Amino acid sequence: MKKRSRLAEWLVTAPSFVWLLLFFAVPTLIVVSFTFHGHTANGGVAKEWSLVTWRALVDPDYPAIVWRTIRLSFEITVWCILLALPCSYAIARLPKKMRALVAGSIMLPFWTSFVVRVFAWKTMLHPDGWLQTCYISFLQVRGWLFGWLPAGVQSFLEWSGLVSHGAADLSTATILDSELAVVLVSVYTFLPFAIMPIYTAAEKFDFSLMEAARDLGAKSFYAFRKIFVPGVKQGIVSAILMVFIPAIGSYVIPQMLGGTDCVLIGNKIFMRAIQNRNIPHASALAALMAFSVLVPMGLAFWWRRRQNLRDKKRLADETARRMTMGGVA
Amino acid sequence: MATDSLVFDHVTKRFGALTAVDDVSFSVGKGEFFSLLGPSGCGKTTLLRMVGGFERPDSGRIYLDGKDITDEPPNARRVHTVFQNYALFPTMTIWDNIAFSLRLAKKPKGEIEESVDAILEMIRMGDHAWKYPNQLSGGQKQRVAIARALVDRPQVLLLDEPLAALDLKLRQHMLLELDTIHDQVGITFMYVTHDQGEAMSLSDRIAVMNRGRVEQLDTPAKIYEAPVSSFVAAFIGDTNFFEGRIVSTEGDYCTIECPGFASIRAFNDRKLAVGQNVHLSVRPEKIRVTLTPPPPEKGAGINVFEAKVTDVIYQGVYTKYWLRSVGRSVSALKPHSRFLLDQETITWNDKVYMWWHPDDGYMIENFSELDASLVQTPPQSAKGAAAS
Repeated sequence: MKKRSRLAEWLVTAPSFVWLLLFFAVPTLIVVSFTFHGHTANGGVAKEWSLVTWRALVDPDYPAIVWRTIRLSFEITVWCILLALPCSYAIARLPKKMRALVAGSIMLPFWTSFVVRVFAWKTMLHPDGWLQTCYISFLQVRGWLFGWLPAGVQSFLEWSGLVSHGAADLSTATILDSELAVVLVSVYTFLPFAIMPIYTAAEKFDFSLMEAARDLGAKSFYAFRKIFVPGVKQGIVSAILMVFIPAIGSYVIPQMLGGTDCVLIGNKIFMRAIQNRNIPHASALAALMAFSVLVPMGLAFWWRRRQNLRDKKRLADETARRMTMGGVA
Repeated sequence: MATDSLVFDHVTKRFGALTAVDDVSFSVGKGEFFSLLGPSGCGKTTLLRMVGGFERPDSGRIYLDGKDITDEPPNARRVHTVFQNYALFPTMTIWDNIAFSLRLAKKPKGEIEESVDAILEMIRMGDHAWKYPNQLSGGQKQRVAIARALVDRPQVLLLDEPLAALDLKLRQHMLLELDTIHDQVGITFMYVTHDQGEAMSLSDRIAVMNRGRVEQLDTPAKIYEAPVSSFVAAFIGDTNFFEGRIVSTEGDYCTIECPGFASIRAFNDRKLAVGQNVHLSVRPEKIRVTLTPPPPEKGAGINVFEAKVTDVIYQGVYTKYWLRSVGRSVSALKPHSRFLLDQETITWNDKVYMWWHPDDGYMIENFSELDASLVQTPPQSAKGAAAS
């Protein structure tokens, strides 16, 4: 086969590079550069370079908001993946004709405006509704389960997100304007984005492997955990990105359903950019958020890579050891 | 019986209007190499899947070592399957694949290591333990699949066309290997195949299946030499059918009058009565083809017919001749002796004699026209040549 020339190769890939450069790299750099300017009274970006914006960012509110944003996005992602796995499994096992129908109907909500759907949830979460009743019962059960713990432990659990959050006072608690409402509606909104990549992976998954696992003595759930879930790993990774990234930046849902206690970074950015007309400040918040997500992610990737390399080396060593042992015997 | 490993008791399985397995009853002995042989759609795989626990029979019971396992889930049966596509877990190393069942059984760590290493040694795959399945060749995957299914010593090993995906040389090699493994482990093997060669060379006994029923259950030699039905005769190997009526019996032999052909003498060991309609099955390799009449010392009782060669197909080990005798096409196989250039060869349109000893024909009472279509027919060009 004739090797394609470097130029031809470059020409083929150039459009996507240009696209990335123009619509991703350049805007990102512009946003970052904004943070090193002050803002003008009429909502513009000041000409001279300064660190005034970064200095203004030292607001005692922000760490809590950033943490809440990360924590809720994490919770939303976990719930989406947990729900999407069995859904995708079930859809992929349907007869071929049904599969297209069900997969299509998962996309059906997108035919309605997102804001309209969130408004619909506002009605469903009304204090006279049955979801409110459920919420009160949930808070009661939570009270029984964790109420006996010392106050410090309780507030730590709530801070960490290990125990779901909500007003402690049952008489005034409402599901509307609570963190739970934000998580619930976010999961509802992002679930299709989790199901689709996992379902795509599940469709290619060889289900005879499940039979093989059952045949070798595995119970159904064990086979699901040990064979199906690793088998659709690629889909899960895409699903995590597809849910976590939009969840980090979401502001419509917390704005409409989260009340005053559930302000996320997206709301702050919106507020600074539109209400305070302080574009540099909004840019700095966006950069801060991106930084606080990318650094842990980068660390995780680095750690995984190191772990993988270590595994590979261990396997190679093990093989070598066995081979020499075989030689001795 | 105490020595039975698997017992099928009137097992029936339907898929909608189709009866995949139709009232099947038989038993497989402990340590036996047992084959289910039949064309695709004959119900052999369904039967295997019912043993594995992946299908439930509509009626009838299945017993494993005397215990009724009909309603047990697959994971509760000490029966493992070697799947046609191997179904090795792609996310696990070979070692972990093989250790899967042992870990599930919560065996102690040392014991797991010992068993897995021992079986890797047996299949000579010790050097590949830390590879992933996609790094192995077809034959290696096959061996790993067998090892994975054997490592915790199941009561029965089920093999679902395990060699179908391999090429001819590898298949022949794996046949020997399977035989060796069976001898080493002494576990009951139940082998499903549509390949008669595999079934013949491996099995202690074969159940020939057709349309959901077991047509014949016997040793390979018995199935080949004494088929109980036209299906078995035509499906296993190839044959020529001559339909006719017994007109006379002489001691162990009888004479069959074939309308539109001739009288044929046949061995009548089952003492069929005069007047009985039968189909005589004569295998192509039992028919001799010569340019001269058979020598008289071959006996007076042999069947000799004059014929014309309509087609010659050279097949290496032997040559296949299509002969035409009294308006009837007959196939015959002639093995090669030394290849001599000056040898007088039989070729197209030669006048020849075809002959066989009466002992070489086998009379079948259970005949269906449907099965006659399984018998090879002469190539179209040969028919045309014969007509012109």
